[in-house]
Amino acid sequence: MSSFSVTEPSKGQKWFAGIVVVVYALVTLMPLVWIIATGFKSPADAIAYPPKIVYEPTLEGYVNLFTTRTRMTPEALEEIGPPQTWYDRIVRRYDMVISGPSRYGERFLNSIIIGFGSTFLSIFLGTLAAYAFSRYRVPLKDDLMFFILSTRMMPPIAVAIPIFLMFRQLGLSDTHLGMILLYTAVNLSLSVWLLKGFIDEIPIEYEEAALIDGYTRFQAFYKVVLPQATTGIASTAIFCLIFSWNEYAFAVLLTSGTAQTAPPFIPTIIGVGKDWPAVAAGTTLFLVPVMVFTILLRKHLLRGITFGAVRK
Amino acid sequence: MAEVVLNGVSKTFGATEAVRHVSMTVPDGAFVVLLGPTGAGKTTTLRLIAGLEAPDAGTITIGGEVVNGTSPAERNVAMVFQQYSLYPHLTVRENLEFPLKSPILRTPKAEIDRRISEVAKVLRIDHKLDNKSTQLSGGEMQRVSIGRALVREPAIFLMDEPLSSLDAKLRSELRVELKRIQAQLGATVLYVTHDQIEAMTMATHVGVLDEGGLVQFGTPREIYENPVSTYVASRLGLPRINLLPVSVFPGAPADAAIIGLRPEQIEQGAGREAKVTRVEHLGDQMRVHLDLEGQAITTLADPHQNYATGDTLKIQPRDPLYFDATGQRI
Ligand SMILES: Nc1ncnc2c1ncn2[C@@H]1O[C@H](COP(=O)(O)OP(=O)(O)OP(=O)(O)O)[C@@H](O)[C@H]1O
Ligand SMILES: [Mg+2]
Repeated sequence: MSSFSVTEPSKGQKWFAGIVVVVYALVTLMPLVWIIATGFKSPADAIAYPPKIVYEPTLEGYVNLFTTRTRMTPEALEEIGPPQTWYDRIVRRYDMVISGPSRYGERFLNSIIIGFGSTFLSIFLGTLAAYAFSRYRVPLKDDLMFFILSTRMMPPIAVAIPIFLMFRQLGLSDTHLGMILLYTAVNLSLSVWLLKGFIDEIPIEYEEAALIDGYTRFQAFYKVVLPQATTGIASTAIFCLIFSWNEYAFAVLLTSGTAQTAPPFIPTIIGVGKDWPAVAAGTTLFLVPVMVFTILLRKHLLRGITFGAVRK
Repeated sequence: MAEVVLNGVSKTFGATEAVRHVSMTVPDGAFVVLLGPTGAGKTTTLRLIAGLEAPDAGTITIGGEVVNGTSPAERNVAMVFQQYSLYPHLTVRENLEFPLKSPILRTPKAEIDRRISEVAKVLRIDHKLDNKSTQLSGGEMQRVSIGRALVREPAIFLMDEPLSSLDAKLRSELRVELKRIQAQLGATVLYVTHDQIEAMTMATHVGVLDEGGLVQFGTPREIYENPVSTYVASRLGLPRINLLPVSVFPGAPADAAIIGLRPEQIEQGAGREAKVTRVEHLGDQMRVHLDLEGQAITTLADPHQNYATGDTLKIQPRDPLYFDATGQRI
């Protein structure tokens, strides 16, 4: 019999784990691959049945996503002359010309401002609150923590009507600030709870040492606690961003123009022409920021937490 | 460097009186060792002086100023924690720099480098300066922790069993180094240890704590030769003092109940007969365990002597210490 190791899996175990991971990845990535692929199809290919695995890729979906177009008579087209750019050429195939940019860019920017703004605010306030809950003798601490958690016990949309009325009264409807505040309010309970757990794990001895080394309480928090809480902050930030980035119901209810985010906008692209490639293109691009954010923070997630320097 | 005075200081945690009405003066430039069994309140005393705990009663004075209510940073104390807490996200060098870079000190870069290389050399950690502080052995962490205090010039150094996890050789070397640094700087040090040799060789004063109360304060010699109680007498001396009923030897004062005999206070060759139960050769000395009327007695003998288990030996006390029934010295 070969020697047994606690940490090294056997060959069979490795194979089994590998197969499970690959199958799982295939299942979860399938829809994603489908969307990305559809973004590069022509409208005809996108609705072909059976679905086309091999097709001629085109940027038509992306051009349609970012532009508004008008149909023209052959005579009028004649008058304009031949297409000047590659995207002109694409739309000309359908006897159309580009009449201006679409709203997608603005909506995408709104999503960025609101998503990252509320994530920043949730983390900023959440870290301070979590630190206070973790380190100070707060009156009614347990009740407060429970109250904070209880705000997550019903779907936020259950309070949609009061929030709608409140926002109208306060002039927050369809504003960036309003959406940032709303998403922050929803995310805060999660961020306070998660971050409190992470900060509880950091022994208080480090702060005591820093106090003696000549730092104030806040400096100790900033110099000693924060660097050790990066793992928690990074993972909490990812959760917060994913929520506010994908949120749909409130966005439909409270935004229509100025502050509309991408999720309520993307379905409207379909329009009358059943332009699936443009929808798929919009969706694909929409995934990028969260992916980039997660990849950037990955090193903090994987680094793990080291508590080795305190003798317990 | 400064004088530190505790006046009637008390601290209670729930039902535990960790420190009970302690009054003590740590003179400027003194090396005071606190002795006491586990839970006696040694760490709590240091934390009260450092400002990490607020006393329930009493005043703490550092350099003539009452510091009750001031923050640890304002007190300018350096502390080596019993649970040496190195900042895990920093390297050894960054750990040592940390106090020097504080907003209070703002030491210039050249000065920081000079002090760090000096301290690192003394503590034999100069080859580890660029290690992550988590990638050190326990003894190395402890030395970095001492270093983080030594780079400063505080009013007082508070050291909580700083040498406890070092091997015997390093421990005795660092003991000498610490004492040398202290003498050279004229530093005031309050030092907690369970180690007899550290207490006797480094201390200018020894304070003995018992369940939160300071039971005796004096020079190591006073504590050793003139303990106020059996409790204090048991804290110092190796092998430990023998505490026997007075009836074992004649000549005790009337109200004495316990006779205390340090090994060197036992004279051999005359007096009562005791049976040798065990002999330990320690190289430079020999410990002889005796039995006298069912009382176990430990004494020292010349290593050339040929005692064996079962031998009998005549012993009598020389200048013994007498205690009453409650353990107080008479
Ligand atoms: N934060 C605290 N909360 C409650 N009780 C405490 C706290 N700190 C200390 N104590 C109690 O106070 C008493 C004195 O503790 P302290 O740490 O000062 O002992 P010590 O003399 O340093 O012991 P050791 O030699 O084991 O380090 C102990 O009974 C301990 O349980
Ligand atoms: Mg202690």
